[in-house]
Amino acid sequence: MRDVAIIGVGMIKWGELWNKSLRQMFVEAALNAIDDAGTDHIDSMYVGCMTSGVFVGQEHLGSVLSDYLGAKNIPAVRVESACASGGVAVRTAYMDVASGMHDIVLAGGVEKMTDVSGSEATYALATAADREYEAYNGVTFPGLYALIARRHMHEFGTTREQLAHVAVKNHRHGAKNPNAQYPFEISVERVLESVLVADPLRILDCSPITDGAAAVILCPADVASKLSKKPPVKIVGTGHATDTIALHSRKDITWLDAVNKSAQQAYKQAGVKLEDIDVAEVHDCFTIAEICVLEALGLAEKGKGGTAAESGMTALGGKIPVNTSGGLKSKGHPVGATGVAQVCEIVEQLRGDSGERQVKGATAGLTQNMGGSGGSSVVHILKKA
Amino acid sequence: MSTARYWREIPQRYRLESGKCKKCGKSFIPPRMVCDACGSREFDQVRASDEGTLVSYTVIRVAPGEFSDEAPYAVGIIQLKDGPRLTAQIADCDFDELEIGKKVRIEFRKIYEQGQAGVICYGYKGVLV
Ligand SMILES: [Zn+2]
Repeated sequence: MRDVAIIGVGMIKWGELWNKSLRQMFVEAALNAIDDAGTDHIDSMYVGCMTSGVFVGQEHLGSVLSDYLGAKNIPAVRVESACASGGVAVRTAYMDVASGMHDIVLAGGVEKMTDVSGSEATYALATAADREYEAYNGVTFPGLYALIARRHMHEFGTTREQLAHVAVKNHRHGAKNPNAQYPFEISVERVLESVLVADPLRILDCSPITDGAAAVILCPADVASKLSKKPPVKIVGTGHATDTIALHSRKDITWLDAVNKSAQQAYKQAGVKLEDIDVAEVHDCFTIAEICVLEALGLAEKGKGGTAAESGMTALGGKIPVNTSGGLKSKGHPVGATGVAQVCEIVEQLRGDSGERQVKGATAGLTQNMGGSGGSSVVHILKKA
Repeated sequence: MSTARYWREIPQRYRLESGKCKKCGKSFIPPRMVCDACGSREFDQVRASDEGTLVSYTVIRVAPGEFSDEAPYAVGIIQLKDGPRLTAQIADCDFDELEIGKKVRIEFRKIYEQGQAGVICYGYKGVLV
């Protein structure tokens, strides 16, 4: 296998982008990444998208998007693993370059979510759960994470305030991110007074409905510095694992086994210790998710993830800043784009390009992107080359 | 929902039919073709117990379209006495009575109606005992 580097990243401002179509958002982000890399072509492309068929009635995205990107005739395909689709796109592009099949590969992600009503969006997102045995009985995605939260509070004494601290911390970071959908700070009181969605989770515990796209350009590490003027960042570890589709099929509903397994693979390949990681982007689709992910990654002890945000450990300036971009909570969660945008954030951190939210001297970072209630997870470890 | 899609799930939704692994005894609702514990492909068809306990619960306040008239309603994960776990609504309860570990009985109930000429969908719900 060849070593792989990232030489370009491209974001757009996320939000309710009523004036932009799915293909327009994708092409904008892809062009930003291509220009950042300084390349004049790409050899192949992977697009992470969860459910464009349900949201906008368009499938066959590989062709739609390579066509509109002006990258005629290249192999291009959409990959799907619910909310982890973007992470899987990056991993597939990594394997494409590592294998020697292609040299300059674009991994992108996109989701157009605001063309449908709130209840249609709830339906579309529930396709990531077990349609016939969870969604059929009326449980929603916030509902599934609420079941996890309730059990976590029951078993480990995690408090309602600790959940709120995750949202407060991520909004504090997101307020410094010009691409974030909700770039403003919130308080614990505001989270606790916000409207209930699925007890004990309130609206300010939930990531929003977002339109957005993101893209990165990968190439063999040994030619990265010849191709690009930007400091190259290497992907030194990657992991991907699945778990049961239904939350109720797991013996311990507070433990995200796919996250743990995908992280173990990535740590092993990268040969890094947890202490070496300076910054992480993790899947905080709900406040409880960030808590359980930190435990599964080994960044917090099992059952103790609730104290991480409250103590300041995961804030900018803390021991390991988590979700410096604002996370899904403040930056937004256009599901297919999320895993790619996490990689964009870590690349910028390792380049030293993160401005106000820069983690000083960061040399290694981690991304973790999750599908459904933990039915899939992708982890990447990036290092300054 | 198409009639065929609805009808093929009836044995497990109406009668709690489970598949019990002949080799290791693990039970599944719905029945499966491969046991995720031991890999066996041989199962007995068994009616699951309708007694269980609450593993966790929530109250859904923002519901998808087909349930929007019902909200708020309680949903829980129920551990059945003989092994399988289910996600189901907890019917007829005062939300304050919900508690992890409480005993639940499974009953046959209407789940939702699909407007116009659609199917009326039935299945299981839990009730506190
Ligand atoms: Zn078995």
